[in-house]
Amino acid sequence: MQAKPVTLKVLDIVSIVLLGVSAYLALVFAPTELVMGDVQRVFYFHIGTAWTALLGFILAAVFSIVYLIKKDLKWDRLQVAAIEVSLVFFFITIVLGSIWARPAWNTWWTWDPRLTTAAVTELIYIAYFMLRQGIDDPDRRARFGAVYALVGGISAPITFFAIRLFRTIHPVVIGGSNAEAEGSFAMTADMRVAFFFALFAFTVLFIDLFWNRIRLGDLQEKVEQLKLKVTM
Amino acid sequence: MFLQNSTPDTSGYMIAGYAIAFIVMALYVASISLRHRNLIQDMTTLEEMDKPAVKVEAVNKPGMPPAKTVTKKNGKK
Repeated sequence: MQAKPVTLKVLDIVSIVLLGVSAYLALVFAPTELVMGDVQRVFYFHIGTAWTALLGFILAAVFSIVYLIKKDLKWDRLQVAAIEVSLVFFFITIVLGSIWARPAWNTWWTWDPRLTTAAVTELIYIAYFMLRQGIDDPDRRARFGAVYALVGGISAPITFFAIRLFRTIHPVVIGGSNAEAEGSFAMTADMRVAFFFALFAFTVLFIDLFWNRIRLGDLQEKVEQLKLKVTM
Repeated sequence: MFLQNSTPDTSGYMIAGYAIAFIVMALYVASISLRHRNLIQDMTTLEEMDKPAVKVEAVNKPGMPPAKTVTKKNGKK
């Protein structure tokens, strides 16, 4: 097994530092929103994780297309890595959104179009891993997984555009407004700094975890091959 | 909430949110690390099993039993 590349070790450290700075900017540097109070600060991590998760699901769909064309299991491992990291990030997004909704909307959960599409997306990708668990043959598993991830990938843009296409109470903070929204706020300059830094920090963290997960997938593949060699 | 004059104290929700976010991320990193360690252990065991057979060409000394062939751990010669 190859040792961890120096670049990845550096990226691990950089990710932790960036996450720490992002937490500082969100919790200390950014001003308190006057109407919602401190709970508005979860917005920075909520958007940071949502952005990277949805990007990861779309990336996975792209890897699926490449796998279906090239039939190389390397692309299957990339797809699994992207989906797994995105699933964790999107789970954080949903939990943070729910925590914010309790004081802002007076409920932990409501079947609003954005919340519904987000929940459906998360469930689609949980089911993706259940599907893979049920197939033993690696090529068949990769083929089924690729088709599933490709179709599932459609849920990512639907979730993103849900607040722009449907009547929803979810605020649109970036690139638009929503008359029905409850809990909207205008970002100040300091809030913008914390917001864009969170986007950057979570993008770097995503790349770091994605790379680590790819290495895990490669190692898994080597162990599988060695198992076959020993038992033959 | 939006009809009140003063800023409400919602810091408890904020703390809960950040605590959960960091805990979930830490658990995921721990899961990757644990799975990696287990796979390294599996690989070491499998490599041991896969080592080729080594014949010991020992010199028979007077009064000693003849040298035996050392086989692979999985029993193959």
